[in-house]
Amino acid sequence: MATPSPKRRLPPVSVMIAGLVLAVMLVLVLFAPLIAPMDPRDVSSYSLIDMEIPPVFMDGGDPRFLLGTDNQGRDLVSVILFGLRISVVIGLGAVLFSAALGVVLGLVAGFFGGIVDGVVMRIADVLVSFPTILMALLISGIARAQLSADTMLAWAPIVLIFSIAINEWVQYARTVRAATMVEVARDYVRAAKVIGLPSGRIMGRHILPNVMSSVMVIATINLAGAILTEATLSFLGAGMPPTYPSLGTLIRIGNQFLFSGLWWIAVMPAAVLVILVLAVNVIGDYLRDRFNPKLMVN
Amino acid sequence: MSDTATPVLDIRQLRVDYPLADGSTLTAVKDIDLLIRPGEIHALVGESGAGKTTVGNALMGLLQAPGKIVSGSIEIAGKPIDLRTGRTEGIVPGRDVGAIFQDPMTSLNPLFTVESQLCEGLIAHLKLSRAEARARALELLKAVGIPEPERRLGSYPHQLSGGQRQRVVIATALACGPQLIVADEPTTALDVSVQAQILKLIRNLADERGVGVLLVTHNMGVVAEIADRVTIMQNGAVVESGSAREVLTAPKAAYARTLIAAVPPIETRLERLPVPSEETQVTLDARASIRDKNRRSEAAGEGLVLSVRDLAVEYGSRSLVPGRKASVFRAVKGVSFDVRRGEIFGLVGESGCGKTTVANTIAGLVTPTSGTIDFQGTVLGAKRERSVRQSLQMVFQDPYSALNPRLRINSAIAEPILFYKLASNAEEARQDARTLLEAVGLPADAGTRFSHAFSGGQRQRIAIARALGPRPSLLICDEPTSALDVSVQAQLLNLLKDLRDLAGLSMLFISHDLAVIRQMCDRIAVMKAGEIVELADTETLFTAPKHDYTRELLRLAPSLDRILSRQGAGQ
Repeated sequence: MATPSPKRRLPPVSVMIAGLVLAVMLVLVLFAPLIAPMDPRDVSSYSLIDMEIPPVFMDGGDPRFLLGTDNQGRDLVSVILFGLRISVVIGLGAVLFSAALGVVLGLVAGFFGGIVDGVVMRIADVLVSFPTILMALLISGIARAQLSADTMLAWAPIVLIFSIAINEWVQYARTVRAATMVEVARDYVRAAKVIGLPSGRIMGRHILPNVMSSVMVIATINLAGAILTEATLSFLGAGMPPTYPSLGTLIRIGNQFLFSGLWWIAVMPAAVLVILVLAVNVIGDYLRDRFNPKLMVN
Repeated sequence: MSDTATPVLDIRQLRVDYPLADGSTLTAVKDIDLLIRPGEIHALVGESGAGKTTVGNALMGLLQAPGKIVSGSIEIAGKPIDLRTGRTEGIVPGRDVGAIFQDPMTSLNPLFTVESQLCEGLIAHLKLSRAEARARALELLKAVGIPEPERRLGSYPHQLSGGQRQRVVIATALACGPQLIVADEPTTALDVSVQAQILKLIRNLADERGVGVLLVTHNMGVVAEIADRVTIMQNGAVVESGSAREVLTAPKAAYARTLIAAVPPIETRLERLPVPSEETQVTLDARASIRDKNRRSEAAGEGLVLSVRDLAVEYGSRSLVPGRKASVFRAVKGVSFDVRRGEIFGLVGESGCGKTTVANTIAGLVTPTSGTIDFQGTVLGAKRERSVRQSLQMVFQDPYSALNPRLRINSAIAEPILFYKLASNAEEARQDARTLLEAVGLPADAGTRFSHAFSGGQRQRIAIARALGPRPSLLICDEPTSALDVSVQAQLLNLLKDLRDLAGLSMLFISHDLAVIRQMCDRIAVMKAGEIVELADTETLFTAPKHDYTRELLRLAPSLDRILSRQGAGQ
């Protein structure tokens, strides 16, 4: 009996809106230096005279500063654009790094089994028994203690990516390991073994493409988590420094002025963070439903 | 049983449609008629996709959406079925119609004991009390011939063997005294010895209780064994219908003739199975070019390709303490045999006898516990030389999982060719892949597609082409045709024979089907519980079997010719 080809159905409206929002944000992030009215990293481009100006729609607003300025006179639109850029880069970096690590370790553990599997998965078990935030605080603390302030400034994004990824890879490793164990028992993998192909090639060329769909789904869902973790760390002061702020750092700065009436310094970046994470989550949930055969509807 | 009795099943002009996503409809069943009288076993035969299972599902109200009955009528014991709901007024599925499904491993709920599975229906439909239901359940277990029925009532499905489970399923189907039983491939998942017992049980039920049986099957031997009448289906339509004897001995329709001719006979060995040949000039040319390339292996001459001595394989669940095994299962217990150059050596036995483990061990997928495997003068260890791995290839049982779904066919076939540097560049390897595809009877452009575009038989051809790529000297075939329809099986068996001749190939051929083994093999080893009980030339083994177990297997294997000639002598 011929299997009917599934009709391509459009995703729900919420997912399309989320996709549109995400696309706009990515464009903003990519072209931030061109779009932003000023460069917040350049001290000479702003002055303390402009400090604490409210958004343009409020009394005392200044048309030069659409969303107002912060306590140092930096244009909020510009700092948010650059902050968004840092948040997205760290989020993507953490996801890529943890996915790469997790996929490789999961493939190896699932393919070879036995002692290799035992060692990798026990390390994973130990790592996830630390809360992600605790682990990240620990690592950034160690990095702070070991590196000089200038080096730390340059290395802050890398340290953040590493401290987020060190816990997140476990999820990829577990999923990929389980999927690999299923594939290894299938005849095409056994055929590749009998043909005599080396293990690396069997894993890379034959098994990997067949386990990738679940990795993509986890990656999307984890992207939102990674961005939030970064924001949390920066909010706690263990992330990006105020001179090179991410969205989390901006919220931390704004938090100090929240009750002195300068609400926009905290709320504007927070709103952007919420929209970003929401958009990513909506898309992630959609992908999970779409690629999970157990949830698939006819 | 008289012809005037109300038929237990009367299907007229039944038509079942499946609307497809692209707006068209697939007609799974096209206007079929079917009549079953009390005590009659009616076999519904056809290849996969013929619609035979759909008929069974339709009358039990089990059609899966979006499939629906569009026209025709079904009457169960004289009561018409409501076509919209699939239900019949006054007929309760499970009470008046019993069902036996193919896989006894999954048709029982693993969390219920035999007693609760059996009593559930009795209490619900017949309103019996617990104690009455239990007494009736015990009676049923006795009737289906389960040893120690009192003890078995308390057993869970996993504590029973496959044959016992199928008996419990039959007991469940019988529980409420149905007038009709729908048995969908009831013995396909079982070994021949168990199959024979189950078939006998179904026959007795029909004879003694006057139950009508709709037997859905693809196995002509089973039909010959127990069916009174047979209907052959193709693409949803009835091709031929009549008494089993008439249809099997003198089929009128061309398709029926092909289908029956494709069944490999167990009594005689044919040069080729009589199915329409798919060979074209292209195929023959491709094969000639492969023959030229394989000249070198023919030069190796006579002698042994493979020599297995005292091979033993144990599976143990490893305990936490290294070096200690918690429990050991001895899958293969000291097996020795040789495969001569150019011969097809058969390993035959029932499920769990260790034949597949032997194949996997030789292929290097399983590490032996003890014993030696000598392949073309090299004793195989844990690490195998490149040349050894190249010369030893394998074809697997399930064509649906044997091909990587994410690789184009060309890449899949070219990969080993490139890996063993049998082609100097990718273009040349692709050319070789095309030749191999032609040689196994597929169009050369098949390689640009993915595996899901092909049927089971075509996939198995692709798997064979891939195995031939590295120019092996020994090909291990593990049940290569048992997942396929009988006409496809016949074509593939012919193909394997042709390839053996042209590539100077030796084969280790594993099967549970004695008829297939007889058609294919030069010498045969019969395995039972991890040991070889008899090893002989094919003709000797089939004409003068020495071991009791071999004789038993031969006696139980359903065979068209034997049954028909026996019936002929009796009448």
